[in-house]
Amino acid sequence: MTIEITNGVYLSSNGTWQTFESIRIENGVIVGIDSDGEMLNAPSQRIDAQGNKVIPGLIDLNVNIQEPGNSQNGSISSELAAAAAGGVTTLCYRPETSPVNDTKAVTKLILKSAESSNRCTVLPLGAMTKNLEGQNLASYAGLKDAGCIGISNGFNALSNLLVMQRCFEYAKTFDLPILLNPIEPALHQGCMHEGEVSTTIGLQGVPESAELIAVSQAIMLAKSTGVRLHLTQLSCGNSVALIAQAKEEGLPITADVSLANLLFTDHNVAPFNSLFHCMPPLRSEYDRKALIEGLRTGAIDAITSGHQPLEAAEKQKPFAESARGMSCIELLIPVAKMLEEQDGLPLETFIACMTARAASVLGLTQPEVRVGADADLAIFADQIDYPLDKDQCLTMGENIPMLGERFSARVELCVHRGSVSFDRSASI
Amino acid sequence: MNSNVQLTESGSLKHFLTLDGLNKTLLTDILDTADSFIEVGERNIRKVPLLRGKTVVNLFFEPSTRTRSTFELAAKRLSADVLNLDISTSATSKGETLSDMLQNLEAMASDMFVVRHSMSGAAHFIAESVTPNVAIINAGDGWHAHPTQAMLDMLTIRQRKTSFEGLKVAIIGDILHSRVARSQIRALNTLGSEEVRVIAPNTLLPKNIDALGAHVFNDMKAGLKDCDVVIMLRLQKERMQGALLPSEQEYFQQYGLNLEKLSYAKPDAIVMHPGPINRGVEIASDVADGPQSVILNQVTNGIAVRMAVMSMAMGGQNEQRTQQGEGAK
Repeated sequence: MTIEITNGVYLSSNGTWQTFESIRIENGVIVGIDSDGEMLNAPSQRIDAQGNKVIPGLIDLNVNIQEPGNSQNGSISSELAAAAAGGVTTLCYRPETSPVNDTKAVTKLILKSAESSNRCTVLPLGAMTKNLEGQNLASYAGLKDAGCIGISNGFNALSNLLVMQRCFEYAKTFDLPILLNPIEPALHQGCMHEGEVSTTIGLQGVPESAELIAVSQAIMLAKSTGVRLHLTQLSCGNSVALIAQAKEEGLPITADVSLANLLFTDHNVAPFNSLFHCMPPLRSEYDRKALIEGLRTGAIDAITSGHQPLEAAEKQKPFAESARGMSCIELLIPVAKMLEEQDGLPLETFIACMTARAASVLGLTQPEVRVGADADLAIFADQIDYPLDKDQCLTMGENIPMLGERFSARVELCVHRGSVSFDRSASI
Repeated sequence: MNSNVQLTESGSLKHFLTLDGLNKTLLTDILDTADSFIEVGERNIRKVPLLRGKTVVNLFFEPSTRTRSTFELAAKRLSADVLNLDISTSATSKGETLSDMLQNLEAMASDMFVVRHSMSGAAHFIAESVTPNVAIINAGDGWHAHPTQAMLDMLTIRQRKTSFEGLKVAIIGDILHSRVARSQIRALNTLGSEEVRVIAPNTLLPKNIDALGAHVFNDMKAGLKDCDVVIMLRLQKERMQGALLPSEQEYFQQYGLNLEKLSYAKPDAIVMHPGPINRGVEIASDVADGPQSVILNQVTNGIAVRMAVMSMAMGGQNEQRTQQGEGAK
């Protein structure tokens, strides 16, 4: 399989945009760019980039697809197709399946399904405790052996700090990073951010202390155990300073924020719009701005989609009873452009947060567009104007935000390991 | 906040979900209409034909005696057919989803649902889920709103104080879990009261309550000073669990309304309570039964206010149907 992409601009390793006439791919590797590297005699596929932008494929550290168990919300096949349509070539697969991914067998099942869809590299996360119940250790050695690259608690908070400490110690034993959703369970009783809006509409609020205390505790346990800790889906602006301080101390701690918390606030919830029932909750404008600033300064390393597809019935309930989450993996690039225009977060920073910086979190090879690099690429247009249409989305999830709103950027084509995983013109 | 879901294009009520987003004119209209229905309750034949041929379904997902019976009486005095559904012993306990149950009720050609539910936003959800021609009246949803209760309280205040201008009103007790307090604060501010105060320990106050336009007091003496209206809230026994309060005794000592604490308010202050009252927990018997108490007037006014809201919402629905009919032509 050989591909030649012609006529576009690519994001080079030094972060600048370079025009190119030809990028050549063979056997899953970039073998030539313009006059560099090898030429191809007769590429099996030619792609005209039409002046659009070529970037390394995105790495999404937090995706919640519930197959096996709840594939009515979104199957591996549908959601990996959606990921490719979002420009994602690698994703971390949360353990909240049914059965929970706490054994080799489940990990292998996930990897086998992912392999047969062949659209995305799937990196499974093993459950931190058996059945995510917060009581007993899951078999980390077995999970690692089966292909898990990290350990996650999912949205199941650990209430017992002794158990958490042992999870950290045991993960350190096998050199597995912990990807932790910081949740202090006793304080995390509500269904939205605690503040003016929750008071006005009478929904139980989650105070920011529910996150800040969990972040502080996790940092202290990471310090004492030496585990690599990645705090995922931060929602509070005041968490940023805690992470920055831990980094200053030289601790191996990283963090990410999900798309919803960069884009929306608790004001989107009112009055009772269950589409905006999210986990972690959408917080205040202060928090949103502080999280964006955290990305700019580097205190927060990465951006994730936090993609959580759900069938319609899951949202058609009174707010507190509705399921949490958004289907938004296809919105990464459109939103990246929007954040640049609205909040001044450079598009290149957003992309770095989902490529080089996300790779560093997991210790993966740096994704680059250069001769010799893996051919994981996304091509996007950013000078267009279109309304977001459900029919154009590949996710099975019915919980897509901002349908009908106009965007100026979107992924047109995605290449995973040297083969086309998404092509909007062919709408595969 | 967008609450237009409850208004027609011309600004009349078609549902009654919350007081949020309703202006002073509309609230005054409700009070004036309710005033006109008080007279109906004093006649020998206590009926008007405004809802004749209409079917009103009382959908109570939470137990209620007073609210449900006054809604039932109100609907009957408006000549509607009334169906009472006690959901706790019915459909949803058999596993039927709320959406499915609503579709079934709709298929029975209902014109109005009166809804009480333990979830905040349930009435909004139902208004958005059912066909647009069914009027939804919120009879209390979670901690969010109890708009007919607040309006019957406003009617009671207006009867005694004639105007809201210059009034200082204190609401005392469990503000955190109270849909009644949230709706009262909204109504009092919209109708032009001078000051709305909430008095409670911090464990029973929601964050940023000042954003609703209420001044916070922890102390009864300071909070009741110069008040014209004193509204007590019911204290649920389960608040003793979960470390919200240590004991009923300490609560009564600090926040229970007795004659001594009432003396901090203006001498002609009225005492209100949405009921049912816990004597000796939030209010002393000599206050509840005393000359300043208007608690039983509230109950009487409840029927008139509910008649007003039901007839106005049905009017809005008719207006909408007429417009849709014209649109179709």
